[in-house]
Amino acid sequence: MSALVEIQDVNFSYDQRAILNGINMSFGKGKVIAVMGGSGCGKTTLLRLIGGALKPTRGSVKFDGRIIHEMNQRELYEARRKMGVLFQFGALFTDMSVFDNVAFQMREHTNLPEEIIHDLVMLKLHAVGLRGTHAQFPAELSGGMARRVALARTVALDPMLILYDEPFAGLDPISLSVVGQLIRKLNDALGATSVVVTHDVQESLKIVDYVYFIAEGVIVAEGTPDEIRASDKPFVHQFVHGEIDGPIPFQHAGARSYAQDLKVSA
Amino acid sequence: MPIAKSLRAVGHRAVNVVWRIGFATRFLYLTLTHSGMSFRRFQLVVKELFASGVMSLIIIGVAGLFVGIVLGLQGYETLKRYGSESALGSLVALSLVRELGPVLAALLFASRAGSAMTAEIGLMKATEQIAAMEMMAVSPIARVIAPRFWAGILSMPLLAAIFSAMGVFGGYVVGVVLIGVDEGSFWSQMQATVDFQHDILNGVLKSFVFGVAVTVIALFEGFDAPPTAEGVSGATTRTVVQSSLAILLLDVILTAFMFRGA
Repeated sequence: MSALVEIQDVNFSYDQRAILNGINMSFGKGKVIAVMGGSGCGKTTLLRLIGGALKPTRGSVKFDGRIIHEMNQRELYEARRKMGVLFQFGALFTDMSVFDNVAFQMREHTNLPEEIIHDLVMLKLHAVGLRGTHAQFPAELSGGMARRVALARTVALDPMLILYDEPFAGLDPISLSVVGQLIRKLNDALGATSVVVTHDVQESLKIVDYVYFIAEGVIVAEGTPDEIRASDKPFVHQFVHGEIDGPIPFQHAGARSYAQDLKVSA
Repeated sequence: MPIAKSLRAVGHRAVNVVWRIGFATRFLYLTLTHSGMSFRRFQLVVKELFASGVMSLIIIGVAGLFVGIVLGLQGYETLKRYGSESALGSLVALSLVRELGPVLAALLFASRAGSAMTAEIGLMKATEQIAAMEMMAVSPIARVIAPRFWAGILSMPLLAAIFSAMGVFGGYVVGVVLIGVDEGSFWSQMQATVDFQHDILNGVLKSFVFGVAVTVIALFEGFDAPPTAEGVSGATTRTVVQSSLAILLLDVILTAFMFRGA
């Protein structure tokens, strides 16, 4: 099966600080892929590179056969119409109702009559189980509900690629499972490809087809959920089991020693 | 070397100011070139006209009325010394139309609507709404910034006109109704001395220029605000301070150009 997104030897640095270093990934059509790693390991940067918000310092990101950073503004917007992004906290437009949020892209990008938009919005909201909230405003929704509305908005135009930035952050266990299941079901129903950037191991291993682990800007492990669970690599083991010490140390020590910081002689 | 250090700090600040002016100019250019949507879908501008224009009506109207009342009282006191109370209408109208209307309305607009615009856009940025729009292939400059820009520019001259009208009414109430200046001379002096081109149109031009300045500063500060609580609050403060200074400076420049010396 051909890949929808191909990341080839991507490097990215921010003010001379290397964030990603020689990343190679390939996201096949119809798959749900998780990109995991600790906070600050460059996961979100990777999503921004795929979305064309950042340019790699070396290498390329291809979407649907075309290199994203070589596109001009019009082509980039054209490509983004085929993508959907779910932001970490939903990023719903707070001055619009739930209905208008989901209808936003339909009104901006299509000439559909208002009756059809109404029906489409209801379908999308029904798919995330929140048809009844269409008249409410984002501020009136709980965190989990807002995330589901944002999900309905993300898939409003049936994107080929759906990018999720920490979709499970700050959710209670029930909402977490609901969002996890929705990611899988929507991906299969739309025949899309989903990339889930997350540090929630247990939930994502349940729903994804393939996992990449990133640490300090490089891929340290990859495989199917079963391979990951069975992995004996120290990093993966520490991450999957949430161990305090391991390849990722507990202490974030500076250049000076502990004795120097306390001003006592060693 | 403390001198070198402070010199460097001054230089750094100066370079920063120039950078920001450059960014703001590019921002204005982008806003103008992305204004097509605002005209094709004028209801976007109308929505913002309500938020920035209609919602400012009360403060503008009340402030205009009070300023007119004060002008009436102070003007009467002074004019009476020269026995020319009948010129009260001219004094009130000319002060308002040429100067106080555009300037005070713009200062109030900057603190009421300008600060709101900055805070709203800064928070939209902090909550990733701007980034989300960008990722949905909708230009935030066209969809969020340009309608607010045109709404600000359209509202400012109208608000200044309402300010002046309320002021004239305030002057009338104090001068004619309460103090007893002759009503006929109040209005006829006003009609005779207020020139449409040199007084009214120049006032409208001033308020238009102030509208552009306040709106651009407010929108740019919001769009450029660091996406944190301190970032947004700092940007809001900067909007009010910079717009107020810009209004007063522009007023000096415009008045110098409009001054006929006769």
